[in-house]
Amino acid sequence: MPFGNTHNQLKMNYIAEQEYPDLSQHNNHMAKVLTLEMYANLRDKQTPSGFTVDDVIQTGVDNPGHPFIMTVGCVAGDEETYEVFKDLLDPIIEDRHGGYKPTDKHKTDLNPDNLQGGDDLDPNYVLSSRVRTGRSIRGFCLPPHCSRGERRAIEGLSVEALGALDGDLKGKYYALKDMTEEEQQQLIDDHFLFDKPVSPLLLASGMARDWPDGRGIWHNDNKTFLVWVNEEDHLRVISMQKGGNMKEVFTRFCTGLTKIEELFKEKGHEFMWNEHLGYVLTCPSNLGTGLRGGVHVKLPNLSKHEKFGEILKRLRLQKRGTGGVDTAAVGGIFDISNADRLGFSEVELVQMVVDGVKLLVEMEKRLEAGQSINDLMPEQK
Amino acid sequence: MASSFARVLSSKRKVGILSLVGAGSLTVGFFLNREQHVNAGAHVRRIYPPSAEYPDLRKHNNCMASHLTPAVYAKLSDKTTPNGYTLDLAIQTGVDNPGHPFIKTVGMVAGDEESYEVFAGIFNPVIKERHNGYDPCTMNHPTDLDASKIRGGQFDDKYVLSSRVRTGRSIRGLSLPPACTRAERREVERVVIDALAGLKGDLAGKYFSLTLMTEQEQQQLIDDHFLFDKPVSPLLTCAGMARDWPDARGIWHNNEKTFLVWVNEEDHTRVISMEKGGNMKRVFERFCKGLQEVERLIQEKGWEFMWNEHLGYILTCPSNLGTGLRAGVHVTLPRLSKDPRFPKILDNLRLQKRGTGGVDTAAVGNTFDISNLDRLGQSEVQLVQTVIDGVNYLIECEKKLERGQDIKIPAPISQFK
Repeated sequence: MPFGNTHNQLKMNYIAEQEYPDLSQHNNHMAKVLTLEMYANLRDKQTPSGFTVDDVIQTGVDNPGHPFIMTVGCVAGDEETYEVFKDLLDPIIEDRHGGYKPTDKHKTDLNPDNLQGGDDLDPNYVLSSRVRTGRSIRGFCLPPHCSRGERRAIEGLSVEALGALDGDLKGKYYALKDMTEEEQQQLIDDHFLFDKPVSPLLLASGMARDWPDGRGIWHNDNKTFLVWVNEEDHLRVISMQKGGNMKEVFTRFCTGLTKIEELFKEKGHEFMWNEHLGYVLTCPSNLGTGLRGGVHVKLPNLSKHEKFGEILKRLRLQKRGTGGVDTAAVGGIFDISNADRLGFSEVELVQMVVDGVKLLVEMEKRLEAGQSINDLMPEQK
Repeated sequence: MASSFARVLSSKRKVGILSLVGAGSLTVGFFLNREQHVNAGAHVRRIYPPSAEYPDLRKHNNCMASHLTPAVYAKLSDKTTPNGYTLDLAIQTGVDNPGHPFIKTVGMVAGDEESYEVFAGIFNPVIKERHNGYDPCTMNHPTDLDASKIRGGQFDDKYVLSSRVRTGRSIRGLSLPPACTRAERREVERVVIDALAGLKGDLAGKYFSLTLMTEQEQQQLIDDHFLFDKPVSPLLTCAGMARDWPDARGIWHNNEKTFLVWVNEEDHTRVISMEKGGNMKRVFERFCKGLQEVERLIQEKGWEFMWNEHLGYILTCPSNLGTGLRAGVHVTLPRLSKDPRFPKILDNLRLQKRGTGGVDTAAVGNTFDISNLDRLGQSEVQLVQTVIDGVNYLIECEKKLERGQDIKIPAPISQFK
């Protein structure tokens, strides 16, 4: 079970068949992959911090999934989870990340100079631009498994590092449990405040334990760079601003991340990263870059076009409502972001967003003018 | 099953981790043990001193928070039961659910029978507070399932619409719902339905597994008000009781639909005897007979219920220790319920009122759920007698008010007999 290791000794009193979960009603990545044989092979293993295969899969057992949406059904409790349980996680990663093989190498590129253009997305259509990712501090357990002491230590280290940021990155930390009513209202108005998770996908993995202990929000004075501490991951880092200057957003993103990483290193800490999986995060869906770069963009005509879905697919983009994942678009305004996370670098993914959104806006303008967009149809990236 | 609770594991070996931190030894007030790396298979994780792990309970209002001082936490935090259940696991639900300013929840659960012993340092004061002064160290709990001792118990059907008695039972040797593995939970199911299959006569019945039930069966169980659903209350989900739902959960009931057993919901079993009308005596007779039969049947296979002389029947939540018994009626009291003395009368009779939807519901149309307040320190017979005597008194009051006569607040009855 998460945050304890009751199970492993106890489970070994029973044979694998007796412990194997009933996945007959399930439709998630874990259920597709976890055979009885695989479970039998993995059940007596644990990571050095005591995370077991049953801990990995609990959320997937408790949440059978939706017939049309394929959830992952697994989480990592620490960095070593991805190694100790690679037999389970590698095929899931391959399926979720477009065929990414256990031998593939992931490229990290946080040099904003490598991004071409991106500073001129039409603000009449592109209302806001945003890039987010996550980071984990090496040597600490991840949110499903960490103890209160660890979570507080992660908070302490993060607050210390963020406190050393200066210039346009200088900011302030708001611990969730100490926040005043005014601070809370301001953060809500700024759309910065995150709440205790309610999704059973997250709750079943143990990530919401001890809420709101050790959780908080840091943001710079300009309100363009934001860090969530101890929500779904150790750190979620967000750069955002109104308008279409994705280049500026991405530059601040890279500068901020690089600076934070340096500050951690000065104190003898580093981020979880390896050349195969890139940045290591709690959910396998966020491996690699953990990056979602996107815009809120007005596409009332294009979104009604029969080829809209196909265009997005070819551009390797995904649409969401402006409330985030699983919300519907309102007033023709969509959240358009990269579909991929792993196997492409940060620059490559943001480039796809920049180039793709530019094209979508051009198409929207054509349709507004009553013209065809057939000559603009992109190739599959 | 030989009981193993005598073997109490003393403090977990403190193991440090490889120094992954830089040269500085103190970081933000925490320190890490730097013993050598242990062999693979042993669990190695960052160990912080209890003071760094102690939960922030300043905004909390539950029994656990009232009694879990840093000193108590420090003393118990590195102990585990033989099955590996820890203090942090036991209190997780109370940490995650600070409570309501007016309702005081318990805030902790047991993961196995040994939890009550290994973590007695926190369970005992919690039990004492919740059970109005019952001291597990010095007091013995009486168990009495001899229904023949009941006097009266036939209520006026004009007022009492239904009668019900419920309790829970745990199978010794298997972990409780917050901690059990899937195999253990399936074993509980197997042991219990095996025993229930041996019931005969008016107790003969059928089991409906939650995973296998058909749509028709489900609808029938809903119509009978028998079907229980996956817990949504965070008090329960934070304790881990809803894991692997609906695996190994189910409902058994006799053909006459007067005796019902829930398997693997909040406890290993919840046993319910009920009928329309006011024949509480018969409901309790069936309750005792059914429980004793089931106990006999599991003993034939070498199993027994968790029980000891201080805590009575052991259940997941400390609030259900002792008898785990709630005996109650749905009763219509249109005049009495509007009398300002009603709460005090209930109090003195050691009764509690709820709406007819169960705990935390409001009464509808003057019909109340009236049941015993106490669980521990009095026997089943004593508690049911209390309900019988009390409800009779309430009905008498209602009749007096009907006739325009005045009523009296009864003297408070003593709690521990």
